[in-house]
Amino acid sequence: MTKTISQFSCHANGRQFQIDLLGSWDKENGVPQALSVFAKIPAGTNKLLVSGEQLGAWDSSLVSFLLQIHLEAERRHWQVEYQRVPQGVGQLLQLALAVPESRVPHQEPPHTFAENLGFQSIVIWRVVNDFISFIGELTAASGRFWRGQARYRKVDFWWLVQDAGPHSLPIVTLISLLIGMILAFVGAVQLERFGASIFVANLVGLAMAREMSSMMTAIIMAGRTGAAYAAQLGSMQVNEEIDGLKTMGVSPMEFLVIPRMLALVLMMPLLTIYANLMGMLGGAIVSITMLDVSWSQFVGQLVGSVSLKHFVIGLVKSVLFAVVVAMSGCFTGLRSARSATAVGQATTSAVVLGIVLIIVTDSLVTIATTILDI
Amino acid sequence: MPTSKRRKAKIQVRDLTMRYGDKLIQQNLNFDILERDVFIIMGGSGCGKSTLLKHLIGLYMPAKGQILLDRQDIWTVPPSQREALLRHFGVTYQAGALISSMTLAENIAMPLEMYTQLSTGEIADLVELKLSLVGLAGFQEYYPSEISGGMLKRASLARAIALDPDVLFFDEPSAGLDPISSRRLDDLILQLNESLCATIVVVTHELASIFAIGNNAIFLDAKSKTMIANGHPRDLLDNSTDQRVQRFLRRQASE
Repeated sequence: MTKTISQFSCHANGRQFQIDLLGSWDKENGVPQALSVFAKIPAGTNKLLVSGEQLGAWDSSLVSFLLQIHLEAERRHWQVEYQRVPQGVGQLLQLALAVPESRVPHQEPPHTFAENLGFQSIVIWRVVNDFISFIGELTAASGRFWRGQARYRKVDFWWLVQDAGPHSLPIVTLISLLIGMILAFVGAVQLERFGASIFVANLVGLAMAREMSSMMTAIIMAGRTGAAYAAQLGSMQVNEEIDGLKTMGVSPMEFLVIPRMLALVLMMPLLTIYANLMGMLGGAIVSITMLDVSWSQFVGQLVGSVSLKHFVIGLVKSVLFAVVVAMSGCFTGLRSARSATAVGQATTSAVVLGIVLIIVTDSLVTIATTILDI
Repeated sequence: MPTSKRRKAKIQVRDLTMRYGDKLIQQNLNFDILERDVFIIMGGSGCGKSTLLKHLIGLYMPAKGQILLDRQDIWTVPPSQREALLRHFGVTYQAGALISSMTLAENIAMPLEMYTQLSTGEIADLVELKLSLVGLAGFQEYYPSEISGGMLKRASLARAIALDPDVLFFDEPSAGLDPISSRRLDDLILQLNESLCATIVVVTHELASIFAIGNNAIFLDAKSKTMIANGHPRDLLDNSTDQRVQRFLRRQASE
């Protein structure tokens, strides 16, 4: 198949410059740059004549070429005349040249480093501000809840409990069991060298009870339930459901946030206790199969070495984690803008914020327990 | 529409300025919505019609100016009283705004459960009545995602009239509806206006609806950022000398 190359010929004629369109113009053949035409125009020209006499087939690539020519000629205050240009081309050009009533200038994104820094600082400042007022509203709503004045639906609440609790069991089982086994493996390699393999029980027990089970459960819940909360509330924002609630005089804090937080605060400690058992079971499996430790030895060692205090610290942490996970999910969800992209962003930031807050809370508790010597 | 008796102003807007952050939406808005009016807020896309509606229903706080309901400023009364004031309003949103995790019956029952002492049976009867008023009897157990767009708007209307409000707001009722459904919704609006004696405020740019139902209107302009006309839509069509209003009402593209 031979390709006709889209082309034109041009020549100057006094103050007039003529462009003859030749052959077929389409996207497959490419479009010559409109500005390359202007490079050929001699100085002193004040009129362009575009002739379509020898034009073959054409598509919008021709129109785009002519539009560029036309706009450039207008900038130079030249006259443009079209001769024997197909009617369709003329109409499309006219349509493209019809200027809308007003052009609202688009807000320019920041360019320089300083602009960017300022812009981002304002954004962060707003988020922090919003977060503080969120905590305030949440506290006020909790107050109404404890006085029994909060408006929410019990059905929703039980559904949320079901989702946060029983439905999370499979993944909590898997992760905790594996974490327990990993801890036991790592410990076993070191402790076996000293013939102290029985102390694997202490290691696994203490680590799970005090730290790992509450933290791993919290991270699972941030990814699973926190993200779900953000997506739910975000899409409710998109559908104007939140506005709908507000106009009915129902506070989204009471109706949506409180039940979610309550569900997590109730379920997370239970999941943490369960994760403890699973982690210790994982440790036991490794100890019994790899090190010559018997089931009763392991349990005896565990019970003797891990005091109730450590479990309690783990449980207290899990309650705090539940609060931060629910808060970050609901906060980002309610703050979401009204588009599908925004809901996605809200979900992402719910998980990120949730995990950051979990680790920060954990550090604060560790510092506090160290100072208090517990 | 008979307007023999002198009607009282239901909602008064005084010197209202609306902003989104730093962005000015509309300013210097002054108008009255009379009792039993079918009041149209019209204007081109993006001029701030829906934003004005959200200010009227107390969802957004005015940057400046007052919104008075029965001569009470909805933003200066204490919050508890404000909630009671806002209960005079029923709102039908553009997208329906029904809670997606609840059935139609549960959605409509919610305001009744919250604000009345009615028994479950009485509430169920009321829900049935409201649904039949909007032509959706028998759809109690459907979820919002299971019904069509037109039905969704009518269901949303059923929720809006659950508490027999004095003022009903509609945000773009005919958006996304076919001409027949849209016409049916207009008829429904007029019937509710007459039978419930409700004041009705409609945000729309559907010319057919504007002339069919409106008896008072304001025209918001996106460019000058204020209202440029106020009156009966037919009067505006016949007498307004403003080119922008004429072009809009006669559906003419700008020259």
